[in-house]
Amino acid sequence: MSTTEATPGLALAEEAAPPERRAGADWVAHAVLILGVVLFALPLWIVLMGSTHDAATIGRGETPLLPGSEAAANYAAAWSRGTTGVPVGRMLWNSTVMAFCIAAGKIAISILSAYAVVFFRFPGRRLAFWAIFLTLMLPVEVRIFPTFKVVSDLGLVNTFPGLIIPIVASATATLLFRQFFLTIPDEFVEAAKMDGAGPLRFFRDVVLPLSRTNIAALFVILFVYGWNQYLWPLLVATSDEVETVVIGMVKMIGSESNTDWSLVMTTCVLALLPPVAVVLLMQRWFVKGLTETEK
Amino acid sequence: MNRKVVFEQKLLPYLLLAPQLVVTVVFFFWPAGQAVWFAFLRQDAFGIRTTFVGLENFQDLFADPLYLETVRNTVVFCTGVTLIALSLALVLAVLADRQIRGAGLYRTLLIWPYAIAPAIAAVLWIFLFHPQVGLFGRALNDAGIPFDYKLNGNQAMLVVILAAAWKQVSYNFIFFLAGLQSIPKSVLEAAAIDGARPVRRFWTITFPLLSPTTFFLVVVNLVYAFFETFGVIDALTRGGPAKATETLIYRAYVDGRINLDLGMSSAQSVVLMIVVIALTMIQFRFIERRVHY
Repeated sequence: MSTTEATPGLALAEEAAPPERRAGADWVAHAVLILGVVLFALPLWIVLMGSTHDAATIGRGETPLLPGSEAAANYAAAWSRGTTGVPVGRMLWNSTVMAFCIAAGKIAISILSAYAVVFFRFPGRRLAFWAIFLTLMLPVEVRIFPTFKVVSDLGLVNTFPGLIIPIVASATATLLFRQFFLTIPDEFVEAAKMDGAGPLRFFRDVVLPLSRTNIAALFVILFVYGWNQYLWPLLVATSDEVETVVIGMVKMIGSESNTDWSLVMTTCVLALLPPVAVVLLMQRWFVKGLTETEK
Repeated sequence: MNRKVVFEQKLLPYLLLAPQLVVTVVFFFWPAGQAVWFAFLRQDAFGIRTTFVGLENFQDLFADPLYLETVRNTVVFCTGVTLIALSLALVLAVLADRQIRGAGLYRTLLIWPYAIAPAIAAVLWIFLFHPQVGLFGRALNDAGIPFDYKLNGNQAMLVVILAAAWKQVSYNFIFFLAGLQSIPKSVLEAAAIDGARPVRRFWTITFPLLSPTTFFLVVVNLVYAFFETFGVIDALTRGGPAKATETLIYRAYVDGRINLDLGMSSAQSVVLMIVVIALTMIQFRFIERRVHY
């Protein structure tokens, strides 16, 4: 240990070329990483290739690993009619609406409540904060049937509000915004007050612009969360009008004997493409958001 | 904790909090309270009369050998998913953290499975392990090894564990990589100069310094395996064959949705609530410490 302290120059030199940098070790690293990448990509590759072949090829069990000629036909058929009576285009639209509204809704109500908790003093502030915090311990899975009953009493079964509102409260988003708001310097608030700007003006002109990165990061995570919902839509969205693509996709493999496997693969590709695209395109914000919200 | 300078408005903060609190009370607290209340009630066979039965639902639940079997399945499933997803992610993160060419590309190619829904991950794994249309499933059968996760309980458990872990590796990878990058390089260099080999450096320095991340991820992975894998099981095995892959969440769903046994289903919800409360408290105690770390 003392060696580095005595000769800082040596430490700098090591930074450029650590002592264990041997070509052999690097090759092992490359080999294992490539193996990892292939392991993760293989199932995706199979459905991607499968979606370009006809149903008979896949039904015979010849899992094709090279592209075929039926891509256009498969995607057109899935998009406009599907196999269960609901066109996949319709399911994709439903999933988009649900994912977008869940993400936007969670961000909107969390940023407002975090603003209230941080920038005001009022009776019940602590209670409100703990009430929001407690929702962390009540995932939809543990309150599913009573929640369904509430939604059904309100006449919201098979509607978008019924699908979205019961999962739109977010403790994690509120905690993240609260954490961030606490770092905004007091001088900003004082300056706003001196200029005669009220709390709503301050929110719009200062807090909102400062929160842009946090909002982007949360949007990616929450969009993926919304798109991937399964248990709640399975119960509350049973009509064709609100069927989401994840539910519809699983329904297609329900009766296995006469499953149209190539259309299943095509739908699978369509179902996973939007969230994967969002994550890859917004990779930087996504990684930041994930490691900072802790969930 | 608190700001020194705040706004004075009296009504506005309540208006700002209203949307969140209304949703929280109507769709979180009220149903959760009902779940707890129903756990102490029992309906007769026709759903006409409801009586208060105290802890009887819980007694029945824990006296039910099938429920205990479900607990065992859940333990096997959660342990398997957590172990596989964490160890695989750690190996990949350690390698991707080295300054090798293309490290950024590897990262991109390893994080996308995060975006896959558990139910979609299950469908992807059908095409790997289905006995007729799956790449490996058919190869195994052709090679004379009988493989059918729809008939063999152990194989079914293996496939749901692998599919659920496959989806979680990228999440763990992102956190391990962030954790590795926050370890000061000077510490590792000092050890290298003192003659510690890479493997020894990993176990004596890197791994202990990563332990906060690892601990956090263990909790998150357990929560994931417990609550978010319903889609994996529903799409692959529906809890079968012969309930071999029925976990606590799946059983609560079957009892409430298909058997329409509200009392028993609610008692199970309460058990699950206790699990999630315990896990969340462990997680937050740990984050408090992590802030200082």
